[in-house]
Amino acid sequence: MTDAKTLSAETWDVVVVGGGNAGLCAAIEAAETGARVVILEGAPKVYRGGNSRHTRNFRCMHHGPLGPLIDTYDEEEFWQDLLRVTKGETDESLARHVIRQSAECLPWMEAHGVRFQKSLSGTLSLDRTNAFFLGGGKALVNAYYLTAQDLGVTVAYEATVKHVGIDAAKATHLEVDLAGETVTVKGRAFVLASGGFQSDLDWLARAWGPAAKNFLIRGTPYNRGLVLKDMLDHGAETVGDPTQCHAVAIDGRAPKYDGGIVTRLDCVPFSIVVNKDGDRFYDEGEDVWPKRYAIWGRLVAAQPDQVAYSIIDSRSIDLFMPSVYPPVTADTIPGLAQQLGLPGPKLQQTIEAFNAACRPGTFHPQELDGVATEGITPPKTNWARPIAEPPFYAYELRPGVTFTYLGLKVDLKARTTGPQGQYDNIWSAGEMMAGSILGQGYLAGFGMTIGTVFGRIAGQEAAAHVA
Amino acid sequence: MSLDVSLQTDPGVLSDDPVMEARRQIEICNACRYCEGYCSVFPAITREKVFADGDITQLANLCHNCRGCYYACQYTAPHEFDLNLPRALASARAESWERLAWPGGIAKVFQARGEAVAAALVAGFAVMFALIAALPGEGEGFYAWLSHGAMVAIFTPAFLLPLAAIGVSLRAYWREVGGTRLTLADWREALDAAGRMKNLSGGQAGGCNYEKGERYSLARRHAHQAVFWGFLLCFASTSAGTVLHYVFDAKAPYGFFSLPKLLGVPGGILLTVGCAGLLMLRKQADPELGTPGRASGERAFVWLLGFVGLSGLVLYAVRGTGLTGPLLALHLGAVLTFFLLAPYSKMAHGFYRLAALLREAQDKRVRNG
Repeated sequence: MTDAKTLSAETWDVVVVGGGNAGLCAAIEAAETGARVVILEGAPKVYRGGNSRHTRNFRCMHHGPLGPLIDTYDEEEFWQDLLRVTKGETDESLARHVIRQSAECLPWMEAHGVRFQKSLSGTLSLDRTNAFFLGGGKALVNAYYLTAQDLGVTVAYEATVKHVGIDAAKATHLEVDLAGETVTVKGRAFVLASGGFQSDLDWLARAWGPAAKNFLIRGTPYNRGLVLKDMLDHGAETVGDPTQCHAVAIDGRAPKYDGGIVTRLDCVPFSIVVNKDGDRFYDEGEDVWPKRYAIWGRLVAAQPDQVAYSIIDSRSIDLFMPSVYPPVTADTIPGLAQQLGLPGPKLQQTIEAFNAACRPGTFHPQELDGVATEGITPPKTNWARPIAEPPFYAYELRPGVTFTYLGLKVDLKARTTGPQGQYDNIWSAGEMMAGSILGQGYLAGFGMTIGTVFGRIAGQEAAAHVA
Repeated sequence: MSLDVSLQTDPGVLSDDPVMEARRQIEICNACRYCEGYCSVFPAITREKVFADGDITQLANLCHNCRGCYYACQYTAPHEFDLNLPRALASARAESWERLAWPGGIAKVFQARGEAVAAALVAGFAVMFALIAALPGEGEGFYAWLSHGAMVAIFTPAFLLPLAAIGVSLRAYWREVGGTRLTLADWREALDAAGRMKNLSGGQAGGCNYEKGERYSLARRHAHQAVFWGFLLCFASTSAGTVLHYVFDAKAPYGFFSLPKLLGVPGGILLTVGCAGLLMLRKQADPELGTPGRASGERAFVWLLGFVGLSGLVLYAVRGTGLTGPLLALHLGAVLTFFLLAPYSKMAHGFYRLAALLREAQDKRVRNG
């Protein structure tokens, strides 16, 4: 355990705030030049790594097979994928820079301890674009901490940065809460990589109203945006919509924080979804689930008490990846309603109306089958099959927040900008600046790409600054 | 086909029952799947959506306790899901051996107080052999101490009866995990996985997590390979001696350039060094990831096996001296203890593991085509 005395004893060459993927990449790059580096990680050791510990892959450009990746994924295709999900909310020069750099990151990651595996079962569609970490993001984080340790990097856990001391355009020190004790950490260069603010429910509530209190946070409870907030107070330039977050519909019984991947629920397209009043509110069969789970986070967030219930019958129970939570089960609709605390007659009426609107057709769970309802609002445009064969099953849905979009504006060298122009010695990487590139939507594995590319750049630049 | 969701557990409700607890954790793993590349357990999990008791038994015995999944897991304590799959599967595995052991009851005693049981048995049998040796001898070498006839009379049943007991248990295992008729391809795949100890390789990690915590290392796989192949060499040495004796009428003692010695000496060295290595590594590893309450039995088994190897080597080294008698008694005592305890000690793991690898090869073939 790094103590307060060690932290305050010297002026560090490079101080890295946040020990997730981006911070670790920065620390490793800087330490490899011989710089004296310290990582200030807000979480205790067991929860280190921020949201990186919940990740599983890295989106990577490549020409021809590379590591676990097959075929080719070139810059243009990667860029078009990004353009599609962000609907243009991106910075082309930064984005293309990340895309181009991603190819050489994969061998760098392997050289620094990260191990890959072939794409996981159920993710075949990603085996050309995304390299999966063996063991997932926590194994990656572990590997980087070991590499950093071997390079002589000092790591302080439970080190919460409260304030960045800036004199004109130059950062001089940080005020750090180290497990309850206040410490001043001095440095010559600073890399800020401490993520977004999605686990601060009060901050979310300012944008979303009291409804935000009912949101579940899929990742770490330690991303409270303290450093981001402090930099905003300094007048640092930002990018990204300050009110927006990426939210998906997850199992409503998930833990408040850190539920991660296992809380996902894939049954919506084969179900009808009702709110707590027993009413349907959106077309459940609009598209395949991977293309729709993100909008359902918002849809559920807009319902009373931010809760909804996905209901299927016995014919659909075997059609999707198992949820980690067992379904609520009953032989009748009123029985199901009773267990869910829903108005029974109303639910019965909603399901009868839905069933009556279903039309004959050939049901194909793996493709858009066009089996649609007629004459009800909202319609269900695919996989509309009556909820008729008991037992009936229900899963509770709630919005699960993944990350926020607001971040620090950076240039191609990861340098941040203050009210009087660029800061002399403050760089940023990872989720904290990802809004520059991913201003809207989400592209699987791209957060890790941004973190790795800009983490490395920030580390190299910070080290060069003090060399 | 409809799914029996009544088998599903609540991920937040921990259980004291080893099978229920393993089921809870396996269900969480099946919803995550980040660890697929470490070993055979995770791909096997993804072939199911819910897990019957027999599935749990199979997965528990397929797990080689490489621990990669624990260090990679985002749900370990203090997370409320409190995952520790190596421990959960080790618990369910030990429970299955004790439940399937025939006759029942003995295994539990050994696992709980293994060192005491093993030491008492070795000492007891050594005294017995010393007493028998006090009777007039009739041959050369070791047979001057204990006649060939006496050795055969003791060791033939001591070898065959435990094997029969293991056979009874394996039959019950095979029924429980839903095994069917095996093909040559199943045997080839399972023996290859066992011979190379593939499930301790960590896949692309190139090692497992044991004595160095989250750092990958091959030390345990190498030590285990030394024990495994050392044991097989020793067994081959004894078999060669038996064949020489009965088929070729070539009686012991054998010179160094004979099959029994050329197999037995390297085998004994590998066995001894491997067991010492395993015991040393074990001291550095986190006991929280192993089988709760069975440390004594596990240690005792390694000690016993290492002692069989070491006493055999020393016996060869002191041949022709007055130490031969007492050492022979000790060595034979250890061998006899090892044989008799085989169905109830950690030795059983080898048989169950092979059965699990066979079942895995079979299930993969049948389901994946």
